[in-house]
Amino acid sequence: MANHDRPLSPHLGIYRWQISNGLSILHRMTGVALFTGAFLFVAWLLSALVAPACYDFFMGVMRSWFGVLVMLGYTFCFYFHLCNGIRHLGWDIGKGYGKDTAVKTGIIVVVISSTLTLISAFIVYSSTGGAS
Amino acid sequence: MKYRTPLNNVLGLGSSKSGVHHWWVQRLTAVALIPLTLWFAYAVVSGRLDVSSFQGARAFIGQPIHAMLLILLTFTMLHHSQLGLQVIVEDYVHGPLKTITLIASKFAHIMAGVAGIYSIVIISIAGQAS
Repeated sequence: MANHDRPLSPHLGIYRWQISNGLSILHRMTGVALFTGAFLFVAWLLSALVAPACYDFFMGVMRSWFGVLVMLGYTFCFYFHLCNGIRHLGWDIGKGYGKDTAVKTGIIVVVISSTLTLISAFIVYSSTGGAS
Repeated sequence: MKYRTPLNNVLGLGSSKSGVHHWWVQRLTAVALIPLTLWFAYAVVSGRLDVSSFQGARAFIGQPIHAMLLILLTFTMLHHSQLGLQVIVEDYVHGPLKTITLIASKFAHIMAGVAGIYSIVIISIAGQAS
């Protein structure tokens, strides 16, 4: 790192936001969110191992307005990371690289993941009659 | 004069390290997680997994097929999470903090995996015994 005169690539800040780079960073951010979600999933398993009081405390936190908000966020992160992950797997086998195709699949990913989030939230909300 | 063969120069460098394996396992776990996570999401949303009560949760986890799928889900999810987080840490964290973060992340993921799979196994055994 001694040579400071080397040419630099354009700074990230000068790029215009588009669906491609927006979804790319969103994939990482939802991935980090789901990493914490995986630990929450393990906490749920542990609470089911330990005792009813422990489980009820865990579910009580998840049923608070804050817990519901967090679960709604996780639900979107899950569906988005899943759909966009399939889009990435397509690229890995060399499919969907066209500029128009990449934009189109990006829009499809956002629409499908948002729809699945709303459907899931609606079903859980209507079957539990509120926070779950 | 150099006595090293081209192969010797390359070994331990670039793609001859563990990069390809990391990349490949990230994809393999991603593919495996598609059916596993969809199965679990379906169980929760459909109400087949009654998360509202301790007994309901244990009855679901204790079913042999559910227990096996949950172990696969826990392992694959945490493996995928560790690999993904490693790439992000390597991109954004530098210096000694990078090594510390990577080790802490790996330890945390392994501990979570052991805790999760242990819970599933014990709940499952308790369900079989009763």
